[in-house]
Amino acid sequence: MSSKNTVPFAGTKAQEEQLLQVISENKEERGALMPILQHAQEIYGYLPIEVQTIIARELDIPLEKVYGVVTFYSQFSLFPKGKYKISVCLGTACYVKGSGDIFNKLSETLAIDSGECTADGKFSLDACRCIGACGLAPVLTVNDDVYGRLTVDDVDGILEKYV
Amino acid sequence: MANVNIKINGMAVSAPEGSTILEAAKIAGIDIPTLCFLKDINEIGACRMCVVEVKGARSLVAACVYPINEGMEVFTNTPKVLDSRKKTLQLILSTHDRKCLSCVRSGNCELQKLCRDLKVDDEHLYDGERIEYEIDNSAAHMYRDNNKCVLCRRCSAVCDKIQGVGVIGANERGFKTNLSSAFEMGLGETSCVSCGQCIAVCPTGAISEKDNTNEVFAAIADPEKVVLVQTAPAVRAGLGEAFGYPIGTNVEGKMVAALRRLGFDKVFDTNFSADLTIMEEATEFLDRFSNGGVLPLITSCSPGWVKYCEHYFPDMTENLSSCKSPQQMFGAIAKSYYAEKMGIDPKSIVMVSIMPCTAKKFEIGRDDEGRDGMADVDIALTVRELSRMIERAGLNFSALPDEEFDDPLGIYTGAGVIFGATGGVMEAALRTAVYKLTGDEAGPVDFTEVRGVEGIKEATYNVNGTEVKVAVASGLKNAKELLTKVKNGEANYHFIEIMGCPGGCVNGGGQPQVHASIRNFTDIRAIRAKALYDIDAASKLRKSHENPAIKELYETYLGEPGSHKAHELLHTTYVKRGLYN
Repeated sequence: MSSKNTVPFAGTKAQEEQLLQVISENKEERGALMPILQHAQEIYGYLPIEVQTIIARELDIPLEKVYGVVTFYSQFSLFPKGKYKISVCLGTACYVKGSGDIFNKLSETLAIDSGECTADGKFSLDACRCIGACGLAPVLTVNDDVYGRLTVDDVDGILEKYV
Repeated sequence: MANVNIKINGMAVSAPEGSTILEAAKIAGIDIPTLCFLKDINEIGACRMCVVEVKGARSLVAACVYPINEGMEVFTNTPKVLDSRKKTLQLILSTHDRKCLSCVRSGNCELQKLCRDLKVDDEHLYDGERIEYEIDNSAAHMYRDNNKCVLCRRCSAVCDKIQGVGVIGANERGFKTNLSSAFEMGLGETSCVSCGQCIAVCPTGAISEKDNTNEVFAAIADPEKVVLVQTAPAVRAGLGEAFGYPIGTNVEGKMVAALRRLGFDKVFDTNFSADLTIMEEATEFLDRFSNGGVLPLITSCSPGWVKYCEHYFPDMTENLSSCKSPQQMFGAIAKSYYAEKMGIDPKSIVMVSIMPCTAKKFEIGRDDEGRDGMADVDIALTVRELSRMIERAGLNFSALPDEEFDDPLGIYTGAGVIFGATGGVMEAALRTAVYKLTGDEAGPVDFTEVRGVEGIKEATYNVNGTEVKVAVASGLKNAKELLTKVKNGEANYHFIEIMGCPGGCVNGGGQPQVHASIRNFTDIRAIRAKALYDIDAASKLRKSHENPAIKELYETYLGEPGSHKAHELLHTTYVKRGLYN
């Protein structure tokens, strides 16, 4: 398994029952995997190996097939979102204004890649596309807070507010 | 079925309705190049190597999946077509690790051949960003090098659709798309069964067996070692292909000569221990059959199948025959009976096997496959590795004389040699089991119902008024289908033979790779199997219990089949693995 940072799985019995219910309602349909994965992500917030294993077993398909679909679609996440969900806009305007460097600085400081969450569950990092604030480029958001006209040097100060 | 008339490059061609352009062109003597296409296995029209022009069509079409219709006009070699194919190849090369000189597939690579055929004169044209992948060495039998992967998906298609295993597939998307296992597990951590069918269908050097040839050369060069070699039944039906012989040529004599010239001290035959397996397995079957033992008894010769059973049907491991595979029985006998007979210290023996199989590399390291700290078999090589040894030693294979195996572990019957084809173990076992039940020396030899390449075969035999119901499956998806019926009580058998690879060992994952351009139009399973059945038909002795070397082995050493000593040496145990373990 990959060495990516992740928080320990904390699924509950109730969540599992809900998932099994969703699977049994959908499993006879053609193309059942997609709606099941969507529901599973609603239930758990993300799709860790424990959840994908249940889905693979119940549908009698290889785990790899489930994983292949999960990693194909960007809407699915292998990692939970943090208490503070950081999104860095990598849309055209932000990107040409240097948001790539800001993203890399965050990735380095938090020691996580795009889509991942720090081991303490505090921060998750995502790259997003245009959030419609091109005038403030480059832009990032932390939950509902918006930060604009950033430079790489602003990153540490922003993180400190949430520690 | 009605024929459809079309024109290819201006020539009239008539082909059966439902044919693809690729198939119709084949009839017209035109080989349209393909890369991702594997008939019935991977028909996804993705790589665009087979594009052709169809009059009236908006764009180039993929010949591998495009059906013909009446009056269609196809052009396979226009400048537009050739240019498109060449560009596609150059784009594939832009992310390909082009270390052709040191690549295991050099000279036999489908991508290399396409580049030559389509005159790719600048392999650097689209050089750009590349993802560097770590080589996955986690499995005992093979490695995967994604830097040489062309994303054709032939490996994942055969793993999922034919073997029902599905441990490798395409993950991520776009530029990051890569063939790997769930959660980036190493293949060795998955429920991969080691069958090697992915290697057999890979067009490039992205997947290959772990090469153990250097260890063999070193052992041969060591004067302290006695290096013995055994060759599996199906090897003689596949090895010739590596030296330009037609598919299905029996090269037993030249193979023996080559092994002797490579420096092996003795050249023996796994066919001998195939006969031995029958003695033990027929006895085990009759014991279970008569004394209320666990039935159906299922054969255990195929280590890919055994590992599949442990992962996917762990509650059926009691049905597996406790007999070791012929490879392992051979090693056990070589390091006990043969060593004692010849006065050799068994610890000085290096037992090498030549196998049409990659799972044999996994099998030699299993628990309970050796004794006194000695493995039954030390090194298992594929047919491809042997062919590379022969090339490295500079042996002119086709100029070699035909030679015979050494005695006594090179003596075999026709029953031993058909182990290499699906149904062969069942037929060999029936020959001996029927004799044991009836005592009739002149009893039946040919059990043709269990021959042939069909995935699942069934037969019922009446022996002395008792019905014996048997089934044979090859290819693990077929095994799954059969066993699911047995588990659900929909089918009932006394004895089942299962081989991991479709068609049995003749089509094993360790055989020489056959390019898709040939595989798509030739049933290599049937042609190679014929070589083995021809040997059987021409054999004077065709029942395992008639093998004089086997008789002597029991008389002077083992006692009876199923004896305490036989159990100690020739039987093994299994583990219940479950999935993802």
